[in-house]
Amino acid sequence: MDPENVKNEDPTATWLLRLYVAGQTAKSIAAFTNLKRICETHLKGQYQIEVVDLLVHPQLAKGDQIIAVPTLVRQLPPPVKKIIGDLAKEERVLIGLDLKAAVSVQ
Amino acid sequence: MGLEKSRLAKAPTGIEGLDEITTGGLPAGRTTLVCGSAGSGKTVFGLEFLVHGALNFGEPGVFMAFEETPDELTQNVASFGFDLAQLEKEGKLAIDHVFIERNEIEETGEYDLEGLFIRLGSAVDSIGAKRVVLDTLEVLFAGLKDQALIRAELRRLFRWLKERGLTAIVTGERGDGTLTRYGLEEYVADCVILLDNRVSDQISTRRMRIVKYRGSRHGGDEYPFLMGPQGISVFPLTSVGLTHGASGERVSSGVPELDTMLGAKGFFKGSSILVSGTPGTGKSSLALAFLKAACERGEKTLYFGFEESQAQIIRNMSSIGLDLQPYVDEGLLQIHSVRPSNLGLEAHLASMSQIITKVDPCAVVIDPISNFITAADQSGVKSMLIRLVDFLKMRQITALFTHLTSFSTSPDRTDENISSIMDTWILLRDLENDGFRSCGILVLKSRGMAHSHELRQFFLRDDGIHVGEICNQELASIRSATTSFA
Repeated sequence: MDPENVKNEDPTATWLLRLYVAGQTAKSIAAFTNLKRICETHLKGQYQIEVVDLLVHPQLAKGDQIIAVPTLVRQLPPPVKKIIGDLAKEERVLIGLDLKAAVSVQ
Repeated sequence: MGLEKSRLAKAPTGIEGLDEITTGGLPAGRTTLVCGSAGSGKTVFGLEFLVHGALNFGEPGVFMAFEETPDELTQNVASFGFDLAQLEKEGKLAIDHVFIERNEIEETGEYDLEGLFIRLGSAVDSIGAKRVVLDTLEVLFAGLKDQALIRAELRRLFRWLKERGLTAIVTGERGDGTLTRYGLEEYVADCVILLDNRVSDQISTRRMRIVKYRGSRHGGDEYPFLMGPQGISVFPLTSVGLTHGASGERVSSGVPELDTMLGAKGFFKGSSILVSGTPGTGKSSLALAFLKAACERGEKTLYFGFEESQAQIIRNMSSIGLDLQPYVDEGLLQIHSVRPSNLGLEAHLASMSQIITKVDPCAVVIDPISNFITAADQSGVKSMLIRLVDFLKMRQITALFTHLTSFSTSPDRTDENISSIMDTWILLRDLENDGFRSCGILVLKSRGMAHSHELRQFFLRDDGIHVGEICNQELASIRSATTSFA
């Protein structure tokens, strides 16, 4: 995993997800793995994940109001949503991302 | 060296009076908890600590605001003359607004607050900060669900602050029966300051107390403080004791005949004088004559009036030949007129001592002290006066207080409460005789001098104040007059 910037497939992705971590800790690796799996299952081909390591870019914590890590921020589609934690519970991640509704409509 | 090292280092706050009661400031490199209810001045306290640190002690500071945005903060403290934007521009202050909205946050799985540490660390490093204010961490408890985690992280945060040698203030909202609602005092072991804003009789008084200060001597009383135009001022008046010196120097009362009654020399310098009497007996005139005499010697004087405006006082005094205007123009006489009910008792004391400290006068008049009784309970007035008298004596300021006695009570009785703290007590009496009203003057007591015991006539004429003959023949009628009032 390259925590700096992981770009995925489609450049016209409608889902822009940014994952804030602080170094490669067990929690941040778990969060990335969980996120990747959830996206592959529910958003295949329409998402993009950006990983921001706050140890490298501490000044970025201010902009998105990050206090906890890992924090997942749904940049697109609006509105901005935040999920904190290692994203272990898929169900809660789907609710947090407002994906639950979207998935069931499909 | 051993002693030097073991002594707790202090970070001066620059807050007027606070460094005095904490003998030097807050514990350097440690965390202080400032708690109080909403509106008690916690945020201003924190900001002042940072502003003074940045401006006066070469210690840049970081303000982490959990409740207010930087714009709100800047506006709120602009009235105290703090230019936060300018300090930020100069790299002496960094403000980070931490916004936590529970509704926008979903929690799933494990996390920690490293993001907060990184933000704080990056703000501290950006300006080389030595001071940090976190206002207020309790927002975390409302914003996040995992309370056990927050507590663990707070413990880590306080350790982190200490390891980095930062002098920090964390603020906390007063809880029900506890110092803070979420028990922040558990984590802060070094210094706890409580701010309080109490309202009694519709008048609010701010007070401050050092609840705890590990490893340092500190005043344990409640100290009144003001949120004035320059920020917070604390008045450590209760720490004043009976240690003042006693001067043998004498000063004129402004009325030569009265000086004669006072052992021919007048008052002792630095003594406290009470002038009491019924309405219209000339208390204010006597007080102002005393100040005028001091002005004539070229001394600075202060007059605190609670009944008349400056213009009114000057006009009225000119009618008895006391022309005060030149001394006001010269700056030798300063008149401060305010209604006693405008401020709480403590606040009055605080603002008076602030003015006295600034002006540094030789003579002060407070006219009349009886008006405070309408503003507060008797015991409060007495303790305030004791503190004020001690404060003035420490500075060797001669102080004259007037006291209005009512017709309905015996004039010698009403003031015994306060007379014990006065060195000289002059009584102005109403005399009625054959359908004619006149006044008498009597020196009831004057410590340390052979004073007269005669009741003499007292006149206010258009050429000044005069003391006349002994009113011996009138003595009988005075007695009957006094008893009939009672």
